[in-house]
Amino acid sequence: MLRSILSDDLPRSRWLALALVAILVGLAVAPFLFPGAKSLNVAAKICVFIVLAASFDLLLGYTGIVSFAHTMFFGIGAYGVAISLTRMGAGWDAVAVGTVAGLLVAIVLATVIGLFSLRVRTIFFAMITLAVASAFAILASQLSDLTGGEDGLNYRLPAVLRASFSFGDTLFGVRLNGRLLDYYLVYTASLVLILVLLRIVNSPFGSVLMAIRENPFRAEAIGYRTVVYRTIASCIAAATAALAGALLALWSSQTNPDTTLSFDIMVDILLMVVIGGMGTMYGAVIGAVLLVFAQNYLQDLLAVANKALAGVPLLANLFHPDRWLLWLGVAFILCVYFFPAGIVGRLRQKR
Amino acid sequence: MKRDWLPLLLIPALMIGALPLIGSPASWVTLTVAGLAMGLMIFIMASGLTLTFGLMDVLNFGHGAFIAVGAFVAASVMLALTPWMTADSIWLNLAAVGPAVLAAMVVSGVLGLGFERIIVRPVYGQHLKQILVTTGGLIVAEQLLKVIWGPDQITLSRPTGLRGAFLFGDVAIEKYRVLAVVVGLVVFAALALTLNRTRLGLLIRAGVENGEMVEALGYRIRRLFVGVFVVGSALAGLGGAMWGLYQETVTAAIGAQVAVLVFIVIIIGGLGSVGGCFVGALLVGLTANYIGFLAPKVALGSNILLMAMVLLWRPQGLYPVAKR
Amino acid sequence: MSALLSLRGVQTHIGRYHILHGVEFEVAEGGLTMLLGRNGAGKTTTLRTIMGMWRAAAGEIRFDGRDITHMATPDIARLGIAYVPESMAIFADLTVQENLVLAARSGPPDQKRLDWIFARFEALKRFWTLPAGLLSGGQKQMLAVARAIIEPRRLLLIDEPTKGLAPAIIANMIDAFRELKDGESTLLVVEQNFAFARQLGDTVAVMDDGRVAHQGSMAAFAADARLQQHLLGLGMDAHQ
Repeated sequence: MLRSILSDDLPRSRWLALALVAILVGLAVAPFLFPGAKSLNVAAKICVFIVLAASFDLLLGYTGIVSFAHTMFFGIGAYGVAISLTRMGAGWDAVAVGTVAGLLVAIVLATVIGLFSLRVRTIFFAMITLAVASAFAILASQLSDLTGGEDGLNYRLPAVLRASFSFGDTLFGVRLNGRLLDYYLVYTASLVLILVLLRIVNSPFGSVLMAIRENPFRAEAIGYRTVVYRTIASCIAAATAALAGALLALWSSQTNPDTTLSFDIMVDILLMVVIGGMGTMYGAVIGAVLLVFAQNYLQDLLAVANKALAGVPLLANLFHPDRWLLWLGVAFILCVYFFPAGIVGRLRQKR
Repeated sequence: MKRDWLPLLLIPALMIGALPLIGSPASWVTLTVAGLAMGLMIFIMASGLTLTFGLMDVLNFGHGAFIAVGAFVAASVMLALTPWMTADSIWLNLAAVGPAVLAAMVVSGVLGLGFERIIVRPVYGQHLKQILVTTGGLIVAEQLLKVIWGPDQITLSRPTGLRGAFLFGDVAIEKYRVLAVVVGLVVFAALALTLNRTRLGLLIRAGVENGEMVEALGYRIRRLFVGVFVVGSALAGLGGAMWGLYQETVTAAIGAQVAVLVFIVIIIGGLGSVGGCFVGALLVGLTANYIGFLAPKVALGSNILLMAMVLLWRPQGLYPVAKR
Repeated sequence: MSALLSLRGVQTHIGRYHILHGVEFEVAEGGLTMLLGRNGAGKTTTLRTIMGMWRAAAGEIRFDGRDITHMATPDIARLGIAYVPESMAIFADLTVQENLVLAARSGPPDQKRLDWIFARFEALKRFWTLPAGLLSGGQKQMLAVARAIIEPRRLLLIDEPTKGLAPAIIANMIDAFRELKDGESTLLVVEQNFAFARQLGDTVAVMDDGRVAHQGSMAAFAADARLQQHLLGLGMDAHQ
C-alpha cells in the first residue's frame, strides 16, 4: 500500500524515513503544534517550496537541465491567481480561471523555450533561461496596470479561506477559521503534487529522462527524441511550479515580484535541491525544510555569534544575521564537491 | 579572426535604421555615443569570459563577482582620493581614476586566480557541476562583498573633469562616455593585436580550436588557461570599475545585473570569439539605448529578441569557432 | 640498435571499454616501423596512449630509457616526439604559415627545412598566407606532416597518413618519409594501405584485439602470405 502511494520509491534509509515522517506529521499538525500566525506562515511556505523545489529537481536532478527561469513559472502561477482574484472578485471561479490561465501560460512558455533552446548545449540553455527570466521579472514590475508593479497586488481570498470565516470555536486552543482551512488546502495540495511527481519520475517516462541525463547521444541513438522528452519534462516542471505559485497566492493575500519572481528565490530552490540531494525528490523535501528554517532561524543563531564578536570588525560582519546566505552558499559549494548526492544521498549510503 | 564581414555590417545597419525611428539627429548622436560607450564597457567585461569558454570549455557563472569586486575596489580608492577627484584639473582627476582602475584590475585578477584554482579546476569537463559551483561562487562572493563593504550602496561621483558634456550645437555628448569609448577601443585593439600578432595569441586561437593538438605540439595549455582566466577577470574588474562610474552607484548586485547582458553578448557573438563578442556588445549597447529611448519598458526584452533573431540566423552565434 | 620506444603490458580503457589488453612491442632507433592491424585492433589507441592523451591503466612505456607512462602530453612532446593524428587536427582558422610557426617551438622555422617541405609539398607554399581550413584533404595531410617535421624530432608517430589521398600525393609522401627515416628520425606509422606499408617499413608490428600479435622485419612479413592472411584477413597484395 505504502509502496504504491510512493510509486515504489522508498526512502531506503532509516534516518531519511524518520525525517520524512517527522516532516509529514509536523506539517500536518503545525497549526496545533506551533500556534501563531508566523509559524503557520512558515509552515505554509515550506509546503509550497517543497513542491517548487521538487519540480525543479525534476528538471535538474532527473533530466539534467539547468534552468534559471524556473521562478518565472512560479510567478506566472501566482500572478495568474492574483490577477483573477483582483479582477473577478473573491470567488472560487476566479481561483479556477486564474489557476488554469497560469498553467496554460506556463506550459506554452515552457514549450517555446524548450523547443527553441533545448537543442543547444547545457551552458547555452542556462544562459538563455537566465536572460529570459530577468526580462520577465522586469516586465512584470513594469506592466503595473496588470500586475501592480513593484508593490504587487493585494486581493481578498474566497470567503471560506479568510480569517473572518469561522466553522466552530476552538480546537486545542486553535481557532477554527478560514486560515486553518486555507492551510490544510495548501498542505493537502502539496502532498498530492509531491506524490504525483514521485509517480512521474518512477514511471517509464522518468527512466527515459534519466537515460537522457546520463548519455543524451546514446538515448538519441536508441530512438528517444531527446528534445521531445526534455520539452515534456520542462512543461511538467513548469506546470507544477505554476501550481505551487497558485497555492502561494491562495495562502497570502498578496503577490508581488519580490516574493515570486526574484533571483533570490531561484537561488533558494537551487540550494534546496542540491543540498537536499539531486534526483531524489525527497532531497527537495529535506532541502526545502532546511532552507526555510535556515532563512527564519539561522538568522537568530548568527545574531548570537554576531553579538559575541561585537568588537571585531570584519568577523562580526561575517556572522551578521543578514549574511545567512553566505553560509548556505558555502554549504552549497561544499555539497557540489563532496556530497553530490546531497543529504539524502549521504543518508542512503549510511543506511 | 574570420574574414566574414556580414555580421560587422549589422552595426552600421542598426545605427542607420534607428535614425528615422528616433527622428532628431541630435538625439540620435547622443544615443549612439551612449550605445557605443555602454557596448564597449560590456565588451571589456565579456571578452575574458568568451575566451575562457572557447579555450577550456569552462563557463564561469561567477564572472559577475569580478565585475562587482572591480567596482568596489575602484570606488574605495577613488573615495580615498576624493580631493583629487573633485579637483578642477583633469590630470589630477585621472591621477585618481588611474590607480583606482589599476587596483580594480589587480584585485580582480588575483581573485580570478583563486577562483580558478579553488572553484573551477576541480570541475573541468563537468558542465553541470561548473554551472552550479560557479553560481555558488557568485553567491558567496556577493555576500563577502557585503561583509567587507557593508550592505548599503556606495555613491560614486564622476570626477569633476569628466562631468558634463561636450556641446556641438544641438548635440550633447557626455565626456565620460567618450572616455569609455576610448578605453574600450584600446582594450579591443590590445586584444586584437595580441591574438593576431603574437605567438601567445596564436596559441590561444589554436587552443580554442583544438586544445589537445596544441598540447601535442608541446605547449602546456593549462597554464595558458589560467593566464587567460586571470586576464579575463582583470578585464571584468576594469569593466566593473568603469560601469560603477557610469552608473555613479555601486552595489553588490552590480555584477549580477550586468552579467545578464554579458551572457547575451557572448551568446550573440559566438562562444570563443573575441571579434564576435565585440560586434555583439556594440549591437546590445546600441539596442539598449535606442529602445531605451523609444520604449523604455521593453529595453531588456529587446535585447533578448535580438539574441533570438541572431540565433535563428546563426545558431552558434555570429562568429562560431570551428571546434575540434 | 637499442629500442628508442618500448611498451610493456600496456592496458588502456576508454570509458567502459577495455581497448588495449597488454600491448608489448619495441621500436628500434632509426628506420620506420609500421603498425598494422584490422579496424578496431587498437592502433590509434596505442599511439594516443604513447602520447599521453589516454592514460595507460597499467603497463610501462619507455622512451629513450625514460619512463613516460604517466607524463603529460606537452612534456612527452618536448622530449622529441611528434604526433600526426588520424584527423590531422590542423588549425583551420590559422593560416598555413601560422600552423607551422606554432609547431616550430624553438623559434622561427628554419628556412632550409621550409624549402625542403615546399619542394615535397608545394601546395603549402601556394596557400602560405591563407587559412588552413581552405586546403583540400590531401593538402591538410601534408600540412599535418609538415608540422611534425618542421623541427627535428627523434620519434614521429603518424596515424594513417595516406587515408583518402590521391596516388600522386601518396608517392610524394613515400619519398618524403624515405628521406626522413634515412635522416635523423625514427618513425612509427599506423597504416591500412599495405602497398605503402611494404615499400617503406623496415619492421612491422601487427595488432589484433588490443595486443601485438606479431613483430618482426617487414621483408619477412611481406614474404609470408599465410601470416598476412591470418593476421590481417587479406593478403597485402589485395590492399592496393
